[in-house]
Amino acid sequence: MTNRLCDVVVVGAGMVGAACALYAARAGLDVVVVDRGPVAGGTTGAGEGNLLVSDKELGPELELALLSGRLWTDLAEELGTAIEYEPKGGVVVSATSEGLTALTELAAAQRAAGVETVSVDSDRLRDLEPYLAPGLAGGVLYPQDAQVMPTLAAAHLLRASGARLETGRTVTGVLRGPDGAVRGVTTDRGDLYAPAVVNAAGTWGGEVAGLAGVHLPVLPRRGFVLVTEPLPRRVRHKVYAADYVADVASDSAALQTSPVVEGTAAGPVLIGASRERVGFDRSFSLPVIRALAAGATRLFPFLERVRAMRTYLGFRPYMPDHLPAVGPDPRVPGLFHACGHEGAGIGLATGTGHLIAQVLGGRAPDLDLAPFRPDRFAKEAAS
Amino acid sequence: MAERPRLAVIGAGPAGLAAALAAAARGVHVTLVDSAAEPGGQFYRQPAPGLRARRPQALHHQWRTWERLRGGLDAHLAAGGVTHLSDHHVWCVERESAGLTVHALLGPDQERPAAVHADAVLLATGGYEKVLPFPGWTLPGVVTAGGAQAMLKGGLVLPGRRAVVAGSGPLLLPVATGLAAAGAEVAALVESADPKDFVRRTRALAAQPAKLAEGAGYAAALLRHRIPVRTRHTVVAAHGGERLEAVSVAALDAEGRPVPGTERRIACDTLAVGHGMLPHTDLAEGLGCRLDGPNVHVDDEQRTDVPGVWAAGEATGIGGAALSLAEGHIAGRSIAARLAGTEPDPRAWAPAARARTRTRAFFAALEGAYAPPARWAEQVTDGTLVCRCEEVTAGAVRRAVGELGAGDLRTVKLLTRAGMGWCQGRMCAPGVAGVAGCELAPGRRLLARPVPLGVLATQAADAPDEDTSAQ
Repeated sequence: MTNRLCDVVVVGAGMVGAACALYAARAGLDVVVVDRGPVAGGTTGAGEGNLLVSDKELGPELELALLSGRLWTDLAEELGTAIEYEPKGGVVVSATSEGLTALTELAAAQRAAGVETVSVDSDRLRDLEPYLAPGLAGGVLYPQDAQVMPTLAAAHLLRASGARLETGRTVTGVLRGPDGAVRGVTTDRGDLYAPAVVNAAGTWGGEVAGLAGVHLPVLPRRGFVLVTEPLPRRVRHKVYAADYVADVASDSAALQTSPVVEGTAAGPVLIGASRERVGFDRSFSLPVIRALAAGATRLFPFLERVRAMRTYLGFRPYMPDHLPAVGPDPRVPGLFHACGHEGAGIGLATGTGHLIAQVLGGRAPDLDLAPFRPDRFAKEAAS
Repeated sequence: MAERPRLAVIGAGPAGLAAALAAAARGVHVTLVDSAAEPGGQFYRQPAPGLRARRPQALHHQWRTWERLRGGLDAHLAAGGVTHLSDHHVWCVERESAGLTVHALLGPDQERPAAVHADAVLLATGGYEKVLPFPGWTLPGVVTAGGAQAMLKGGLVLPGRRAVVAGSGPLLLPVATGLAAAGAEVAALVESADPKDFVRRTRALAAQPAKLAEGAGYAAALLRHRIPVRTRHTVVAAHGGERLEAVSVAALDAEGRPVPGTERRIACDTLAVGHGMLPHTDLAEGLGCRLDGPNVHVDDEQRTDVPGVWAAGEATGIGGAALSLAEGHIAGRSIAARLAGTEPDPRAWAPAARARTRTRAFFAALEGAYAPPARWAEQVTDGTLVCRCEEVTAGAVRRAVGELGAGDLRTVKLLTRAGMGWCQGRMCAPGVAGVAGCELAPGRRLLARPVPLGVLATQAADAPDEDTSAQ
């Protein structure tokens, strides 16, 4: 190929693009990362940085989460402080005994799949979280749940990758040879030639796929986060209500909120989580913020007197079956997808990057990529 | 009898007062929502009544304009056409199908909520001072120029005994003369621009005889108080142990860099430093109003692009009290007409519109002349704090840009925490942007001030006296 610039162009400088760049570079590939915005300018910079296994039902996403969790643990040895890695564990609580039964059943199934779980009785919950509301039916502790500061994580993984970073540069097309195979991308500042392109454009991954002429149904699912004033550590784990798992798995377009509360290394408490399918609407919604505050103060009554300092919103890359697109696109040789992780992209980034590096290098991936096939929605598009 | 249309005016400074009077005179019930204890805003800041100031006008110009506004307000308050809600700190304006709701916290604790429902809202939220960092700027004794003036006007407190006034812009003159009149020794007025440029560059000044007279008045006062004036100079550092003891001042070259060898030390216990103003746009941003650069975008009637929301005064662009009065008056008349379902006739406010055009041209010229030295950020040493709330140094900001790929203010914030603290970047954003070498983008602060989660979690109680318009 003429003018070959590098081995692979990664489109997207968010968390997933950074992880793809890191593992591809460590596999010996020469990588360029290009993004129309800054590092972590999309969903990564608007997220909480969850590395969770607790909210995954059995199936391929849980396997990807477990692989990712192991890789995050390895990365934490190199970069842990810089990326504010905290293996703090998650606590899922239920207010009712029916909810607790369902939660306990899920935990048993997760345990069989390799997730560490610890059942916590009602009277022991406050040993784990002294400021929790009284009267909860019980919960489950997930010691493997962890957190990073997502923007720092993306920036430090990119830096560690040694990849060339081209921010503020918009990909305008995908170059293809006479045989249909990828030859690089066109941008608003010249072409980038490479035999492989990784679509790590997150919520905007459908647009990038469209530039290569293929259909990938990535849709935005809006979420708000509330951030409190900095506090001494009072919320020790990531704490959320059991109905969060149901909300994550839901297909509804209507507003759903379930309280997710966690302290951070820097002091503020982060409060989520809302889910709405309203397109890329960036307007402020006071009802959503009120619902988040109400849920959080029900779990942690002391928060009533704590001040919310700011709120921000982001768009999760949602796919109709809640699974990301990871792997080569059989429709376009040389095109790989690594997007559509919905609200789990920070956590699943390492596993995704690792698998993408394996298939870029022509090796067999550690996980079966069939459930993540990017062309699995092709029929829906044709209909 | 049909209910009178309801207008909520946020901010009781010149723009808000002018709008309230214009709208109330035309049958609109106005609720004036303001964070201070007394109306007047920053410009007509009033001494606390307990101090029994004998001659508060000594520190104010345009005292007669203020007396006229105050008299009009008192008449409308007595007649019930205007309700004044003081100590109300607005954190959000919510747009619903039935109208607009202004959500506030009651001062001074800001823990109890209040809500005002209205058919239209005027954002007259004013401006705040632009603060730029330099080595030593966080020492006690270093205050903003506006802060020094507010202390003089509001508390009648003399902030220090030997002061240097520095920075750039026309606010430095009244601050220097005000401090001197109150008994301080003003050791120097250090202006980084050359005001002669301003006179040369613009004919707008000629159309502003009042401004010329005002300037001449300050020049005379500077002479009378023997205040040494150094133009094209800058404060390069403030020195002191526990608190400010001296500043270093240097001449600037044509590029805006300090000239080596011109540095001299001036002993002082107060440094009042100002670099102009920025508009308060948090509420506008929460509503989704379009901005032009840092300013809320408005049309000729002072309407924003969000239905039912007008803006006037510094929020639409820094331009001083006279411009705020003109814009507020136009907004008030436009609102009254629109709420009555009629098309306003701009000829009715032609004098105000002319004053608006003239004053905007004048301030555009002023902004061109009075800018911080072009290379000011180079003087900020790596160890200098740029974000005080989160204690982020200039070096950390430079590393985020140089090593981690940040190229905009938001990414710098996410990587360094600069701007994530109590002030939410209101204070530090211009300084951080300058040190990072990126554009000062609006912060998109959807909550205009910190709100207790318990307040958010429950629907806010309505303000007790908001429904008087129905009587």
